[in-house]
Amino acid sequence: MITLENVGYSYGGGDLLSDVSVKLSPGSFHFLTGPSGSGKTTLLKLCYGALLPTRGRATLFNTDLRALDRDQMALMRRRIGVVHQDCRFLDHLPLADNIALPLTVSGHNLADEAGNLTELMQWVGLAGRFDALPPELSGGERQRAALARAVIMSPDVIIADEPTGNVDWEMSQRLLHLLIELNRMGRAVLIATHDLALIRAAKSQVQARVLRISNHKLQLAGADL
Amino acid sequence: MNAGRIRNLLLGDPQAARVVPPSGFTAHLTLFAAGAMAFLAVFALALSTASGRLADRWAEELARSATLRINAPADQRTEQTKAALAILQQTPGVASARALSMEEQAALLAPWFGADLPLESLPVPQLIEVIEDDTGYDAAGLRLRLSAEVPGAVLDDHGRWRRPLVDAANSLRRLALISVLLIGGATAAMITLAANAALAANQQVIEVLRLVGARDGYIAQAFVRRFTLRALIGAGVGVATGMIGVALLPEASDEGGFLTGLGFQGAGWLLPLVIPPLGALVAFAATLFAARRRLGELS
Repeated sequence: MITLENVGYSYGGGDLLSDVSVKLSPGSFHFLTGPSGSGKTTLLKLCYGALLPTRGRATLFNTDLRALDRDQMALMRRRIGVVHQDCRFLDHLPLADNIALPLTVSGHNLADEAGNLTELMQWVGLAGRFDALPPELSGGERQRAALARAVIMSPDVIIADEPTGNVDWEMSQRLLHLLIELNRMGRAVLIATHDLALIRAAKSQVQARVLRISNHKLQLAGADL
Repeated sequence: MNAGRIRNLLLGDPQAARVVPPSGFTAHLTLFAAGAMAFLAVFALALSTASGRLADRWAEELARSATLRINAPADQRTEQTKAALAILQQTPGVASARALSMEEQAALLAPWFGADLPLESLPVPQLIEVIEDDTGYDAAGLRLRLSAEVPGAVLDDHGRWRRPLVDAANSLRRLALISVLLIGGATAAMITLAANAALAANQQVIEVLRLVGARDGYIAQAFVRRFTLRALIGAGVGVATGMIGVALLPEASDEGGFLTGLGFQGAGWLLPLVIPPLGALVAFAATLFAARRRLGELS
């Protein structure tokens, strides 16, 4: 579904990533680790087309990223659910509208989707927060809301950047459980994280590959994680 | 861009308007700019139409009349006047000619010398009003014949001083129209600035929308619709205020001269009603241009 072949990315004259190759297939589960500033977020952005590689080839759903115009790119993004580390929301809209935003921008009638939206909000434990504004939410609620927004369009791929960065262990387990559940439904999952405990917990429940960025290159991490 | 896309941009998904935060100084700036510019445009249009009317009237009235002046000694004046009238009646292109009475000549001089001017005691030449028909007469030929048969006659076809007046009125009309165009350009510039400010202020909103798969057209729609409607409302208020202002100007009168004729007449009152839709069109184009440029800069 998403393939990077010998991809490199340079910024300001220096290499951030070099010779990166990775393939996200249906039902695959990947963790991406590495020190801060190693290029994890950059790699995720290359995967969902927010950045174009300066070398190599990136394909989204069998289409070269460079061949996509802006409208085609928008359509591709509807097939990829992204959870940002900082959980960006539209602060003036109620939570339910924020979660339903992918449906809104793709022209779905929200009245028809009300049942699904309610079910999804219950699934992420936000059933009672329909009308809350994003600034009123706790860190954990924001992370769960971001995950709900990422999956509301039933995307083929879910990409999450430090989804448990601002939550306690219990909440991170809950979020992980949600992602594993989605993976079992056939979605490809890619999670960038520092949290080795989270990776260990996931590996006990799902077959996950752990990738590590080191010296601008992507390596398969050891099985002892 | 076809009509369907324009309709979608303005009327498409009402949800699109909600995704952009509603408040901000750009709303007030757009309303104010559109209103003020529409107000000024009404006055520029009024000036343009009034000066156009004036130019047409002067051109029309003065082009068809001429004056024959008989500068003869008092004892020959009547004789030469009769001879001149006889020549004029025979001249092709002259529809009518008549000698002005003493009272009419006194009325012409009254603004300078007062109403009780004893004209008969002054060496004032006899004036003959000449009205030409549609074909017009040969002024050079007529002058030649008059110089031979009526030595005291001087033909003034008004062209000498009519042309600069008509030119001045036409220049005024052109200046007023240029003002309308400049007002339109300034409105576009201000709305572009306001739209750019709104787009910059909502950069994060735009990034979130792009992230969840919004097309550029959808994002632009929210801004275009908002600025177009604001410009339409602002221009509507500006035009209404401007029209009231024009309506309150003094009625046209001979005493007041040109300055009292600065209004619209008849169907001319409909002309300012074009300004709000035009303002909205300018806002539509300016915002679309600004939105496309800004969105093109984002990944």
